Amino acid sequence: MKILVCITHVPDTTSKIAFTDNNTKFDSSGVQYIIGPYDDYALARAVELKEAHGGSVTVLNVGTAESEPTIRKALAIGADEAIRVNAEPTDSFFVASQIAEVAKEGYDLILMGRESIDFNSGVVHALVGEMLGIVSVSPVMRLEVEGNTATMDREIEGGKQTIQIDLPFVAGCQEPIAEWKIPNMRGIMTARTKPLNVVEPVGGEKQVKLVDYELPAAKGAVKIVAQEEVNELVKMLQNEAKVL
Amino acid sequence: METLNKEKKAIKGGEFLISETSPQDVFTPEQWSEEQKMIAQTCTDFVEHEVYPKVEELDAMKDPKLMPNLLDKSGELGLLGTSIPEQYGGFGMDFNTSMLIAEKVGAGYSFAVALSAHTGIGTLPILYYGNEEQKAKYLPKLATGEWKASYCLTEPDSGSDANSGKTKADLTPDGKHYLINGQKMWITNGGFADVFIVFAKIEDDKNLTAFIVEKGFGGVTMNEEEKKMGIKGSSTRQIFFNDCKVPVENMLSERENGFKIALNILNIGRIKLASATLGAAKGVIKNALNYSQERKQFGKSIAEFGAIKHKLGEMMARVYASEAATYRAGQNIDDAYDALVAGGMEEGEAKLKAVEEFAIECAMLKVHGSETLDFVVDEGVQVYGGMGYSADAPMERAYRDSRINRIFEGTNEINRMLTIDMLLKRALKGKLDLMSPAMAVAKELTSIPDFGGDDDERVLAAEHKLIKNLKKAGLMIAGAAVQKLMATLKDEQEILMNLADMLIQVYALESAVLRTERIIESEGVEAAKVHIEMVKVYAHYAVDEATKAGKQAIYAFAEGDEMRMMLMGLKRYTKVQPHNLKVARRTIADYCLDKGDYPFN
Ligand SMILES: Cc1cc2nc3c(=O)[nH]c(=O)nc-3n(C[C@H](O)[C@H](O)[C@H](O)COP(=O)(O)OP(=O)(O)OC[C@H]3O[C@@H](n4cnc5c(N)ncnc54)[C@H](O)[C@@H]3O)c2cc1C
Ligand SMILES: Cc1cc2nc3c(=O)[nH]c(=O)nc-3n(C[C@H](O)[C@H](O)[C@H](O)COP(=O)(O)OP(=O)(O)OC[C@H]3O[C@@H](n4cnc5c(N)ncnc54)[C@H](O)[C@@H]3O)c2cc1C
Repeated sequence: MKILVCITHVPDTTSKIAFTDNNTKFDSSGVQYIIGPYDDYALARAVELKEAHGGSVTVLNVGTAESEPTIRKALAIGADEAIRVNAEPTDSFFVASQIAEVAKEGYDLILMGRESIDFNSGVVHALVGEMLGIVSVSPVMRLEVEGNTATMDREIEGGKQTIQIDLPFVAGCQEPIAEWKIPNMRGIMTARTKPLNVVEPVGGEKQVKLVDYELPAAKGAVKIVAQEEVNELVKMLQNEAKVL
Repeated sequence: METLNKEKKAIKGGEFLISETSPQDVFTPEQWSEEQKMIAQTCTDFVEHEVYPKVEELDAMKDPKLMPNLLDKSGELGLLGTSIPEQYGGFGMDFNTSMLIAEKVGAGYSFAVALSAHTGIGTLPILYYGNEEQKAKYLPKLATGEWKASYCLTEPDSGSDANSGKTKADLTPDGKHYLINGQKMWITNGGFADVFIVFAKIEDDKNLTAFIVEKGFGGVTMNEEEKKMGIKGSSTRQIFFNDCKVPVENMLSERENGFKIALNILNIGRIKLASATLGAAKGVIKNALNYSQERKQFGKSIAEFGAIKHKLGEMMARVYASEAATYRAGQNIDDAYDALVAGGMEEGEAKLKAVEEFAIECAMLKVHGSETLDFVVDEGVQVYGGMGYSADAPMERAYRDSRINRIFEGTNEINRMLTIDMLLKRALKGKLDLMSPAMAVAKELTSIPDFGGDDDERVLAAEHKLIKNLKKAGLMIAGAAVQKLMATLKDEQEILMNLADMLIQVYALESAVLRTERIIESEGVEAAKVHIEMVKVYAHYAVDEATKAGKQAIYAFAEGDEMRMMLMGLKRYTKVQPHNLKVARRTIADYCLDKGDYPFN
């Protein structure tokens, strides 16, 4: 089974977020980067499937050379090889076009995260499915493969749906699809011997122009109202918060 | 960087005291490679995801399987085999990487102690002193954690005086076994270990002999778990050997070589303990930074109070210095090892020789690391106020767990005395020329002070001068003490402690300065702004400590004119450029509060 896993290179979830250049540029100084947490689960499942069924796992990132430590971490976790499309991943359509171009090679499974954690659009998997003319499913919480057919659990409003699809397809994954993997010493030491191929982007005009970023307003102080003072609470909701 | 490393000067252990080191010759934590960072992250991930959720349960000691199971899990990640060569199932990593691992795991409370006892004192005697059969038999199982190891040196009547143990090993009449009889105490991992490195005496030998004992050999029993102040989750047992039948081929190295093994393994343990204390200290710092921003009093977060910023700034500066010194020495060991191997020495022997070369630094770092951590946890508790005293918050555990570090791997008193003892022995053997610089200082004392040309234009010129002077102060006092007290100096422990304190401060300060200089060189002064403030804060602390120790030493053995002259010299050599330390600490604290973590590598 040939599996392609698309990973993002994103700021650690505990990073302090700030912007520069008139709020048009993310301030990356001192920020630690990680594999997108959902992508990390997709990768972990890909490695499990490879261990169970044989085959190979390729990781793909659309990004600049700065992504390479993150890509090598994916290799340490168990991917066999990596491809980096050398471009700033500045909009979802552009990223999807690049992924589709690589995926044309022919993969049995294309796994992604349900969404990136920096821009959170949750659309790249659908776009790639569309571009390749194959099914895309998200968010997938369980994924089993038997011969040419995959069985998946999908989260739906207030419940869970189980579906079956023939390979190939695109899936946006989320926990608990696999056990989260910490790269082990052997993986880390072999990562440097695995191929990381850099390819140039193809066409796909960027369609979105960034105008400005805005941080959410700082949270105000919390007021604690004693259980027995419901009246006081109502008054505050009316007069101070003005929500009633 | 490659070329810089190649030009690096070979440095001898203890040499820091008499020669100047240039920044290019030291490794700094800013230089960790991508791969080393990934290894470190794996350790941190393991500690955060596997250890922290179980910390309470581990300390409660209700489930004796919990700790060995966690060790197994860390073994699956390869964390137990990092120092073991690949041919025995490990990863053969270099020394500084193994220290970095010790640091990251060091944030793991009791688990850190269990892991380091297994991989350090438990495994290394076999790795470095085992013969081929012993290594092939034990190392692969120790590398995965299938077998857990412990180290049995201490006895009820033999602690610091480790060579005085009473445990006996008697050859059986058929010459095939030794029967081991005796009692060991304070044995980490004792409760679940499969392999014990046991030190015992044969007949009337003066020195110990080491044996590899498997639990399965029989005759091994133990007391209940010790009830301890801290690291409660780490198994600590008294172990009894009753006619424990050990095949003769399980003797490690040669008869009577055990004491040497014990000492050499302790050298490694000491410097690794220093890196472990760094991890623990950084964990405490992170909590203190976050808590101080969340906790509000008088309408402000307590982090806005100068008194709290003072604590935070001081914690950072001391950990920064300890970190600089620890990995500087670690790299010296790696470099010495590489040189010995290049010269044709066998790898295991080269590693031991390299560590032994820097045994002085190992002893100093053990003291500095453990005392820095004790300072950090103490202030950490204070930052938390009442919550610092509550077992529901993390500071209480950190405070209790820190204390053991000043006791095991040789108490800090023993390590202080060793520092001076080893230094003087090397001087006596002609390996380190302490005499000429000490005499030069004595001469300088009686001449007119040199007020001339300060043409040093480095940003840290004042600190460089201070280091030079502190070294002179140390040499002045040590030289006079040796001359005056001669053979009786070894009984004047107070003076030895004072001298050790001076040297430890010199080493830590110099390391912090060199580290910062390297950052300035590679990234510019602006990028090193906070680092420079930390150096200033640390320099003042170091000089105060060194002055106090120096005075006490002088009072203890000098009189009359000699005393007056030395006190004057001390004053001259401890002159320090005034700096607004209040502002410095605030700058450091504000920077770190913004990052929410110890941000210096
Ligand atoms: C510092 C920084 C600055 C950035 N600046 C911008 C910016 O200004 N504007 C902007 O639109 N984007 C920017 N990006 C890129 C962004 O992270 C995404 O890669 C891209 O925009 C798609 O995001 P999305 O939310 O549409 O992805 P989603 O649709 O939420 O992602 C779903 C899945 O698609 C896959 N995927 C997404 N992106 C990539 C990728 N690049 N490579 C491989 N697989 C991928 C992953 O598996 C992901 O889980 C920046 C990234 C970084 C790290
Ligand atoms: C939790 C824990 C785990 C341990 N794990 C292990 C283990 O796995 N294996 C093992 O073999 N041991 C282990 N030890 C033992 C430890 O190494 C010893 O406790 C330590 O070496 C000190 O010995 P002692 O307790 O006998 O103290 P003592 O030697 O009695 O020392 C008491 C005090 O006297 C001072 N002192 C002693 N001699 C001198 C001297 N010559 N000059 C000046 N001062 C002196 C000491 O510094 C100390 O302050 C452990 C101990 C503890 C508490």
